[in-house]
Amino acid sequence: MGRYIVRRLLQMIPVFIGATLLIFLMVNVMGDPVAGLCGDRACDPATAAQLKREFGLDMPVWQQYVTYMGNLFTGDFGTAFNGEPVIDLMASAFPVTIRLTVVAILFEIVVGITLGVLTGTRRGKPVDTVVLVLTLIVISVPVFVTGLVLQLLFGVEWHWVEPSVSAEANFGELILPGLVLASVSLAYVTRLTRTSIAENRRSDYVRTAVAKGLPRRRVVTRHLLRNSLIPVVTFIGTDIGALMGGAIVTERIFNIHGVGYQLYQGIVRQNTQTVVGFVTVLVLVFLVANLIVDLLYAVLDPRIRYA
Amino acid sequence: MRGITCARWVAVAAAVVLGATGCGGGGNGGGGGGGAVLTASWGDPQNPLEPANTNEVQGGKVLDMIFRGLKKYNPKTAAAENMLAQSIDSDDSQNFTIKVKSGWTFSNGEKITAASFVDAWNYGASLKNNQKNAYFFGYIDGYDKVHPDSGAQTAETLSGLKVVDDLTFTVRLNQKFSGFPDTLGYAAFAPLPRSFFTDHAAWLKKPVGNGPYTIESYTRGAQMYLKKWDGYPGADKARNGGVTLTVYTDNNTAYTDLLAGNLDLVDDIPAAQLKNVKSDLGNRYINTPAGIIQTIAFPFYDKAWNQPGSEKVRTGLSKAINRKQITETIFLGTRTPATDWTSPVLGTAGGYKAGLCGTACDYDPAQAKKLIEEGGGIPGGQVKITYNADTGSHKEWVDAVCNSINNALDNDKACVGNPVGTFADFRNQIGQEKLTGPFRAGWQMDYPLIQDFLQPLYYTGASSNDGKWSNKEFDTLVNRANAEGDPAKANALFQQAEGVLRDNMAAIPLWYQNGSAGYSQRLSDVELNPFSVPVYNEIKVSG
Repeated sequence: MGRYIVRRLLQMIPVFIGATLLIFLMVNVMGDPVAGLCGDRACDPATAAQLKREFGLDMPVWQQYVTYMGNLFTGDFGTAFNGEPVIDLMASAFPVTIRLTVVAILFEIVVGITLGVLTGTRRGKPVDTVVLVLTLIVISVPVFVTGLVLQLLFGVEWHWVEPSVSAEANFGELILPGLVLASVSLAYVTRLTRTSIAENRRSDYVRTAVAKGLPRRRVVTRHLLRNSLIPVVTFIGTDIGALMGGAIVTERIFNIHGVGYQLYQGIVRQNTQTVVGFVTVLVLVFLVANLIVDLLYAVLDPRIRYA
Repeated sequence: MRGITCARWVAVAAAVVLGATGCGGGGNGGGGGGGAVLTASWGDPQNPLEPANTNEVQGGKVLDMIFRGLKKYNPKTAAAENMLAQSIDSDDSQNFTIKVKSGWTFSNGEKITAASFVDAWNYGASLKNNQKNAYFFGYIDGYDKVHPDSGAQTAETLSGLKVVDDLTFTVRLNQKFSGFPDTLGYAAFAPLPRSFFTDHAAWLKKPVGNGPYTIESYTRGAQMYLKKWDGYPGADKARNGGVTLTVYTDNNTAYTDLLAGNLDLVDDIPAAQLKNVKSDLGNRYINTPAGIIQTIAFPFYDKAWNQPGSEKVRTGLSKAINRKQITETIFLGTRTPATDWTSPVLGTAGGYKAGLCGTACDYDPAQAKKLIEEGGGIPGGQVKITYNADTGSHKEWVDAVCNSINNALDNDKACVGNPVGTFADFRNQIGQEKLTGPFRAGWQMDYPLIQDFLQPLYYTGASSNDGKWSNKEFDTLVNRANAEGDPAKANALFQQAEGVLRDNMAAIPLWYQNGSAGYSQRLSDVELNPFSVPVYNEIKVSG
């Protein structure tokens, strides 16, 4: 197990370098970022040249990348154009997005899996049909529509919640945005669990458990669910990274100042340091989440062993 | 590890939740004594909040609240009125003696002296400080030494600035510029306290100025709470207890918040909501002229657009644009068709002259077609209007302008829009003279002077002359106007220079842009100044 983890961690290094290099090149292709700093006019050439020198933009791209990576290993993520260290931006943005992601994942786990078990064990019954139709609707409607409609209903029409999230972004405020963010994945989790449960219900070990005279509840939770969760865990695990990086739309609608907001602003202002920094961290989150998923397999299914 | 159940999984998740909660939280911008606090929409300032480094509206809002300069622009008439200046005198429009009023202090108690201005201006002009508004000091003698176009600076301070005594200093310009005193209301000319220079990092975290508000708390990228400064010595004291500025990524969200009663003031009504704004807000919606003009500029560095007869093509294009219809249908009255190259906020006293463009800006498709044919037709057979597609709904109006031109010329392919992905890339292509056709140009005035609408944009080699237009007659008229001590005569000369623009159609004036805002029932006396920034200190809050 330990050797397996070490191997996986070592594999992350080339993935990490490749990913950051790609992002770095992509951001650089967009052109000279200094040109956008002076509003609807040209920057005066002396100041522009000075800014370029300061941000290292006058060096060739490969040299910029090497310098950047060098700094990265000393924990220096560079400085954004408004003079703020990127690490400070991260310190303010990541806690917010992590909270939002946690709310979304909780929705996926609690609601998604519950609905999945409910429908999986009652296939063809009315409840199954209703949930299936509902998930179909959720999957087919784009997130920004869901978000805006819910914001209008809960925030403006019924006054149940504030339409936007305050700067503190407490858990209570994040429930609605979290639900919106989770909605599509939640529908997938439901469907995935349902199929998996329905399949495993016919398997030998379930029949054995039932024949042993175990209570229905125990059969479902201990035997059926645990074996059916493997594809679901894979999905949720990879979804963590996707949710954190893909919250741009949700964060915009609800005015949440998290990772999506910083990334959006970084891209619009062509702020290389911000974009590369945030995406680098997201790549790391993705890799670690994947590793944890793989390790969880062994927990869920005793037949899987890593060496 | 085998025995983990679902219940434990949930427990782990719950622990993560609790842990994450601990990381969050921050300063709470609550209300203070002395009147109610209003909440207003804001955008993250693009640059650090230094006066000489802030060149966009969002940072400008804050500077407007925490700084007062030698002059202040009247929010209604745009006239430059003395604020901290006791007097600004000059005999020759080149050497100025400035006396500062006594009794003014910064909010930290430090006295404001002549040195507070001179040090601030020297800082703003110096190349090593990377101040984006440095060119504002370009008229002051010695600027070429502290801010050379290339190479290292050879002086630390501007030789044209001299402190005479505690409250007096002199300014020597490198050319005659009679309008110079009127430029001094711009934020870049604000005085700065010693702490700005001695502990710069701390000052940036919580800027200290001399305006009617002080910054109580500032969470970068999220929120700023400005409290009324009770000791403010000026006449324009804040009439509310304070302002909480909240950053919105999307102005649609801000608008929704306003409707839900979660926000008091939105100073940018999203284009998509203009249809509903009257029914949503009634008379709590304001739409007033701002010092912004939109034009179409031409690449004069490209031979095809700069040859004898080209002016007929350009005038023809101008006459092919149905400004009235576009401003009404697309902008729903938030833009006004332009009839000169300045802005109505200047007022007739400030040099604005309605109808100066004459028939060259009138919609006349038949005449347009004739003029373009006389001028040798459109270069390359097609006009490509370049614009940036990321902000400001430019696509809609460019398409409409092209449609108008195509209809006038009976040619479906006479004009097309050419979108560029980001603003930075758009500016890049302009800067590198890559564009071979006309492009969108917007100009927001720095100070309410007719000079600011003409010289930076059309003078030979000027900082924002993106199309590289050059005309001796125009340059001479501008020089003469700047040397003229009498404002009325100077304005007449500037208007004559505008006539040169018209005869050559150096840029097509499209429309004047309005500022728009909406506010909640708690507020009254809400107004926008000529820079389309709300006049926060005048707002009254009930309840």
